[in-house]
Amino acid sequence: MKRSLAIVVLSLGIARAAVAGVLPEDRADVLLHSYDGGGVTIQGPSLLVRKQFAQKFSVSANHYIDRVSSASIDVVTTASPYNEERTQQSVGFDYLHDRWMMNVGFTNSEENDYTAETFSFGVSQDIFGDLTTVSLGYSLGNDVVGRRGDATFREDVERQHYRLGLSQILTKNLLLGLSFESITDEGFLNNPYRQVRYVDTTTPQGYSYEREVYPRTRTSDAGALRLRYYMPYRAAVHAEYRKYSDTWAINADTFEIGYTHPIDAGWTIEGKFRSYSQTKADFYDDLFPRSRFQNFMARDKELSTFSSQTIRLGASYDIVRGGWKFIERGTLNVIVDHMMFDYEDFRDLRVTGGVAGSEPFYSFDANVIQLFASFWF
Amino acid sequence: MTAPRYLWLVRAAVFAAAVVAVSGCAIEPWVKPYERDHLADPIMTFDRDPVSSSYTGHVYEAREGARGATGAAGGGCGCN
Repeated sequence: MKRSLAIVVLSLGIARAAVAGVLPEDRADVLLHSYDGGGVTIQGPSLLVRKQFAQKFSVSANHYIDRVSSASIDVVTTASPYNEERTQQSVGFDYLHDRWMMNVGFTNSEENDYTAETFSFGVSQDIFGDLTTVSLGYSLGNDVVGRRGDATFREDVERQHYRLGLSQILTKNLLLGLSFESITDEGFLNNPYRQVRYVDTTTPQGYSYEREVYPRTRTSDAGALRLRYYMPYRAAVHAEYRKYSDTWAINADTFEIGYTHPIDAGWTIEGKFRSYSQTKADFYDDLFPRSRFQNFMARDKELSTFSSQTIRLGASYDIVRGGWKFIERGTLNVIVDHMMFDYEDFRDLRVTGGVAGSEPFYSFDANVIQLFASFWF
Repeated sequence: MTAPRYLWLVRAAVFAAAVVAVSGCAIEPWVKPYERDHLADPIMTFDRDPVSSSYTGHVYEAREGARGATGAAGGGCGCN
C-alpha cells in the first residue's frame, strides 16, 4: 500500500484536468467510500468544494480520509494485522484569461509512517474555434518514508510528473480525449515492511524471508485514448484504451467500455466494464533460488504478472430539480464496483503442506461502494 | 540513462506549443457552436463527478503497477 500511496497522492493532485475557456462549476460533494476485499477494508469520507469568484478565478478544497484495517495476504503470511488512518488535504486555484486556463494545486497526505507533499501546475487553451483543448501539466512530489517501531528509519522520495492532454470535438456527437504522462521517481521506492521469500531447505516449509530491495529510480510512460459518443437517443457510450510501460519492465494494457443512460423521473443509470493486465517487473519473483540472489528483489503482488476485471453499476437521482434557495441542483449517487484479481506468478502461502513454489496462485475479489451527494450552487 | 525515454514528451510539448502558436490562424470549426447541444449534455463529460473519479483512480493505482494518464484529457467543448 505504501509503495503506491504517493503515486496516488500525485494523481489526485493532478486529477482535475485543465479545461480551458470555462471555469469549473460551483459545486460541493460529500462522498463515503468503502473498499472490501482480500482481507482489507478501507473506508472514509471525501469532501470536495469548488467556488468561482470575479468570473476569472476558481478555488477548490478537498479533505479525504482512508481508515484502513488490513489482514491482507502479505500481512497474514509475514506480519500481523494492523489498523491505520491516512488523511489527505488538497487545495487548488484556477485562473481564466480569455481562452487560457492556468491552475496550481497543493496536496498533503499524512499517516503515521508516511508523509507526501505535491505541488502541481498546469495550463490549457481552447483552439481551433473551441473544437480542441490542449493542456500541459507538471507536478513535483516529495515524500518522507518512515517505519513503525524504528524511529531512526527515514527515507525520501522525489516524484515528477509531465503531462500532455488533448480533447477534440470530432463530430456533433463524438468527443476524443488523448492523454500522455511521463513519471520519474527517485529515492526509496519499496515498502519498508514487505519481504521476499527464498528457498531455504533448513526450514520445515522450505523457504525463508528477507527484506525486499528495489531500484532507487523508476521512469514510466503512459498514453490513453478515450472516446465518448452521444447515442441517437439521450444516452452516451464511452470506450478507453491505455498503454503503459516503465523501466522496471512492467507493461500494462487497460480497456474500458461504459454506458450512461438518463431515464424518467430524474434518474441516471450507468454501467461499465474494465479490463486490466500487466507483466511483472524484471526483479520480481515469487520464490528466489537463494538469499540475496540478485541486487534487486521484490515480491509485491502489484509488481507481478496479473489481470483484473471490474464491473460497475451506478445510479444517480436528482433530488433538487428547479432549484431550492441558493442550490441550483442536487443529486444522490451510488456506485458499486465488483473487482476480480487473478495472479499468474504470486502464490497463496496460506496453503501449506506441499513443496515450496507449488502453492496455488492467489486470487481475490473486492467490492467497492461509493455513496455521494452533489450540490451545484 | 533514461532521458531518451521521455524525449517523446518534449517533442509532444513542442508540437503542442506549435499548435497553440498557429491557433490564431482562421480555421472554420466544422461543428458550429449551435450544433454542440449534445456535447454539452452532462452525460458527455469525461469527468462528470471529480470526487468519484479521484477515488476510483486511487483504488486502481493502489492495486496496479501501472500509473498515469488516468484523468480525463479535458472535455472543453466550448459549449457552455
